[in-house]
Amino acid sequence: MDKNVLRAIAGVEIYPIISFVIFFLFFLGLLAYVFVVNRQHVHSMKNLPLFGGEDETSSTTFNSNLPC
Amino acid sequence: MEVEQKPLTTAPAAPPQVVPGFVKTVDTFFYDNKIVRDFGMATVFWGVAGMLIGVIIAFQLARPEVNMGTPYTTFGRVRPLHTNAVIFAFVGNGIFMGVYYSLQRLCKTRMYSDVLSKIHFWGWQLVILSALVSLPLGLTTSKEYAELEWPIDILITVIWVVFGWNMFGTIARRRERHLYVAIWFYIATLLTVAVLHIVNSMEVPVSFMKSYSAYAGVQDALVQWWYGHNAVAFFLTTPYLGLMYYFLPKAANRPVYSYRLSIIHFWSLIFIYIWAGPHHLLYTALPDWAQSLGVVFSIMLIAPSWGGMINGLLTLRGTWDKVREEPVLKFMVVAITAYGMATFEGPMLSLKNVNAIAHFTDWIVAHVHVGALGWNGFLTFAVLYWLWPRLYKTELYSKKLANTHFWLGTLGILFYALPMYWAGFTQGLMWKQFNNEGLLQYPNFLETVLQIVPMYYLRGIGGVLYLSGVLLMVFNLVKTAKSGQLLSNEKAQAAPLTPLYLTNNAADQHTDGYWHRWIERRPTQMAIWATVAIAIGGAIEMIPTFLVKSNVPTIASVKPYTALELEGRDIYIREGCSNCHTQMVRPFRSETERYGEYSKAGEFVYDRPFLWGSKRTGPDLHRVGQKYPHSWHYNHMMDPTSMSPGSIMPPYPWLLEDDIDYSHTADKIRVLRKFDTPYPAGFEDVAVADARKQADGIARELKKEEIEVKSDKEIVALIAYLQRLGTDIKVNPQQAAASAQSNAAEISH
Repeated sequence: MDKNVLRAIAGVEIYPIISFVIFFLFFLGLLAYVFVVNRQHVHSMKNLPLFGGEDETSSTTFNSNLPC
Repeated sequence: MEVEQKPLTTAPAAPPQVVPGFVKTVDTFFYDNKIVRDFGMATVFWGVAGMLIGVIIAFQLARPEVNMGTPYTTFGRVRPLHTNAVIFAFVGNGIFMGVYYSLQRLCKTRMYSDVLSKIHFWGWQLVILSALVSLPLGLTTSKEYAELEWPIDILITVIWVVFGWNMFGTIARRRERHLYVAIWFYIATLLTVAVLHIVNSMEVPVSFMKSYSAYAGVQDALVQWWYGHNAVAFFLTTPYLGLMYYFLPKAANRPVYSYRLSIIHFWSLIFIYIWAGPHHLLYTALPDWAQSLGVVFSIMLIAPSWGGMINGLLTLRGTWDKVREEPVLKFMVVAITAYGMATFEGPMLSLKNVNAIAHFTDWIVAHVHVGALGWNGFLTFAVLYWLWPRLYKTELYSKKLANTHFWLGTLGILFYALPMYWAGFTQGLMWKQFNNEGLLQYPNFLETVLQIVPMYYLRGIGGVLYLSGVLLMVFNLVKTAKSGQLLSNEKAQAAPLTPLYLTNNAADQHTDGYWHRWIERRPTQMAIWATVAIAIGGAIEMIPTFLVKSNVPTIASVKPYTALELEGRDIYIREGCSNCHTQMVRPFRSETERYGEYSKAGEFVYDRPFLWGSKRTGPDLHRVGQKYPHSWHYNHMMDPTSMSPGSIMPPYPWLLEDDIDYSHTADKIRVLRKFDTPYPAGFEDVAVADARKQADGIARELKKEEIEVKSDKEIVALIAYLQRLGTDIKVNPQQAAASAQSNAAEISH
């Protein structure tokens, strides 16, 4: 049955190949980007969640003194 | 030894330099904590409900009498209630709780609209309530994790749009130029779930709460598992990864290990995930190239998934002493580890040789529960334990109880998963075992079921342990809330965004050439590119199957269902039979020996929806037609143990009592003809008469077998359907042509 299905679609082999090419090109671009991205920018981005603009200290203190 | 916590954080980068003449002030505003609390309460409430239903159905498999003898409480109807409650009610509300808390803080603004927040909250609860009512009533499409009928599908769409509107509105009003990685995951979730839901819910209504899928057979299966797999990806995974990237740094008080890795994690995950759906359909009648594509991309998924896991665990480097003491971090570590295990196991299960054993067994059930109980459950609990003291401006009532919860939950996962793995291996191997004579070692399917019943008990006990831990959490959270007061509106301050034309900061002006930084600032572009990423995968996976009609080889002898068989099929759907029975004989000798000829794509061209199923608690039914006399089915539905001693299938006595509902038969024929189902013109007008005639015939044959039954009872329609299953290809072509001719002639009169 599989052979019949494959024959029924003209050039079906191209689909997996297209998928690989698209993904790998994209992935290579992404890798290139993360290698060259500005260090300071990365530093500020990764710290974003720790400074949420709250009016209290909950986000910057480790809550380790809670009662049992 | 107590180690002093040294935050590894630094203040955010200095605000951009401002050109003279632009006066910058600091805004004071308030975060909406009440909506976060409401979603939190909802996730706890529905979590308990969904898990309780899970425990009940676990014991139903071990003891059929737990089905309680009513249509509304049988496994087939309640199992979808469990999956929907856990996925959409527990995890869904958990997502919204986390998103509403973190989005406001990451964007340094209140949610865009309190009204939209409320509509979103109550609308989502209405969706859940609709499921709670409709599923036990048997109002279902039968497509896994998309069982809800068309009016509820529309409601889901509306509420999802409200969520999106509120989210993008908030992002538009942000006081932080760049979008943190968690927000990318939220955007991808929002868009992809919308696409998945709309594409998979394409159905044509027959009546209120009854519809037929716009796709048939192989296409329906492909769309369904593209949806099903990506529902796991984009409802259970990506939003929770967003939560991980926000709440883990918060709880550990240190930034994520590698922001670069998170960029790779995000793009490769959303890009690859969407392709992997066909691995749910290996060895089925799905075209081979689509199966191979699914396998390749599933294996590739290990890389981004483990990248994410490693990123999460390494965020805790240097704070492992805190993990020993802090339940929030303990829950997070187990959650991330479970994510890593499940995302390693998933690709392994997609290998064809592993899949051949694991598919349709309890192994898959174990796999999804490692994800659900470990990853989603434990991360939700971690966020709740972290949030509640902050929302109520107090301290957690009892850290000891939280620790007890952690251990009960961990033991619960082990007690759940290990017996299910054992059951899965056992059953998968027993199905395939041949003896020295070359015959099946266990030809009676029931033998393979009875072997694993003890595992079903253990799994139930695992569920009880897990649920009891959750109940401790409920107590702990209630006491915590009572000891404090909800800070509904939390005061915050942040500088407004400097308009780009007024800043001379090179990075903000995007003059340094980094395209990703450009995209990080622009939610619309981010949304478009994320959609493009998922659309490419979805399109390449499905377009060939949609466009090429000859993709599914037609079989001349395969005919549409008769009106009575159609009604019988709808009863099969209503009772949720496909939750335990597959209709897909795979091309293995062990299966063709047991069931008969393997299933062909062309046999399902009139199946709307497809009913291939995904789990064999009972045997496959695709070739059950004409295998047993009518009386066997009659007695079996009345009391399964009368035909199969020891069977764990619940009885269905109401089918013997209830009348067939013919009120929508004509509409059903009309809808199906719209999809090119070749019913003759005018058949809808005589469909009921045709059904009654066929029913009379079955009742007469039952009478010969000494069973008196009125021909208008539901059991007759179900027997008609079951006896038809898989029989079309047994008909020889000349016979088929002759019978088609006579059918057409009969129908047209």
